[in-house]
Amino acid sequence: MDCSDIRNRLYAYLDQELELPSAMEVDRHLASCEDCKRAYAEQTALRSALRSHATYHNAPSGLAQRIRARVAPKDERKPWFRWHQWFPMGAAVAATALLSWTAAIQYASVGEEELTGERVIAGHARSVLTGHLADVASSDQHSVKPWLSSRLDYSPPVTDLTGAGFPLVGGRLDYLDQRPVAVLVYRHREHMINLFVWPLQEGARAQAVHSLAKRGFNVLHWQDGGMAFWAVSDLNAAEMRDFAAAYAAAK
Amino acid sequence: MDDQTRISRFERFFVPHLDAAYNFARWLTRDERNAEDVVQEASLRAFKFIDSFHGDDGRAWLLGIVRNTYYTWLKRNKVAMLAVPFDEESFDSGELEASGDRCASPIDQLLQEKDAKRLVDAALERLPEEFREAVVLRELEGLSYKEIAAIAGIPLGTVMSRLARARKLLLQYLRQAQES
Repeated sequence: MDCSDIRNRLYAYLDQELELPSAMEVDRHLASCEDCKRAYAEQTALRSALRSHATYHNAPSGLAQRIRARVAPKDERKPWFRWHQWFPMGAAVAATALLSWTAAIQYASVGEEELTGERVIAGHARSVLTGHLADVASSDQHSVKPWLSSRLDYSPPVTDLTGAGFPLVGGRLDYLDQRPVAVLVYRHREHMINLFVWPLQEGARAQAVHSLAKRGFNVLHWQDGGMAFWAVSDLNAAEMRDFAAAYAAAK
Repeated sequence: MDDQTRISRFERFFVPHLDAAYNFARWLTRDERNAEDVVQEASLRAFKFIDSFHGDDGRAWLLGIVRNTYYTWLKRNKVAMLAVPFDEESFDSGELEASGDRCASPIDQLLQEKDAKRLVDAALERLPEEFREAVVLRELEGLSYKEIAAIAGIPLGTVMSRLARARKLLLQYLRQAQES
């Protein structure tokens, strides 16, 4: 086997982008060639150096606003900032709820949160990929809630939000942080929203509502009534806030 | 499609990916101000053509537009000569083939150094742009070879060979930086 041919394929091999027969060739070669094995280790180190050290340049704050100002003529821009008028009733309640959540702020470590955010995204992505959205598919909150509470040691608040444009699709169990957790599944147009709910641990620090965007998913996290809520979806951040407001208003 | 619908589609499909767009533009232009110009222009284009966007993957579409905008911008600003000229096909990787044969593993050592971040960024900036864009899309955006091929408008095999060559160059740059 020609080493230079293998070397050219090493990174694609590492990226799991080779066709199976080609990957098996590399496998076999690596098992017997020390030089290529070293090159492979080096490529692995390079990849992790790139991923952990190369700077990810986030958009400067205000760029989104500057772009909005350019894409939409002024007189048509207004409705953007009136999203709350779509739910005049819910907004007042939601605003109060947001404020009271925010009142008790103390931030937990960011790293831990990011990690939970990642897990929640992974759970959501997994369910969408496998098409396994709900263990109990029902828009009836009175059948979803007992199904979940009979399988968990807590009872998550379940509300259908069809009136606000977020119909309940069902419920599911997921496994997160070494415990089974409840996932409520909502739909908004063609987009699925997973709402992970679990009780806060005793002595857990209170946290403000905050959001997180990763790999095209938006995550919104809040706490209420001794429960932690993590909503995840590919909806945009404003729609996620609408969802949280609708959920809080319906409680 | 009325303006309200277009605006809400724009908010839904593109605004969530502004960081990705900016990061990509920033690595292409290697400059903050130019990156912002490119992203603003790309967003205008995206908005203009939003009626023709039927897919689900706003990020890939936006990144493709950012890339096209960048190359148009490059031509218009006549800074093409500043980009490193690079003949990809005649690029001879022979001298780099031996890179894995050295006893020490300099990259492992590099990871220990406190200025690893600066060295990695500098090496990436030095890459010819067609290689740089592939690496940024792969390692910073985590895109698959297929997605990169679609964004850059090149065959899958070319993505593979560009990435392989890019990585050899990066190793070479990192070693040079370390030796000096």
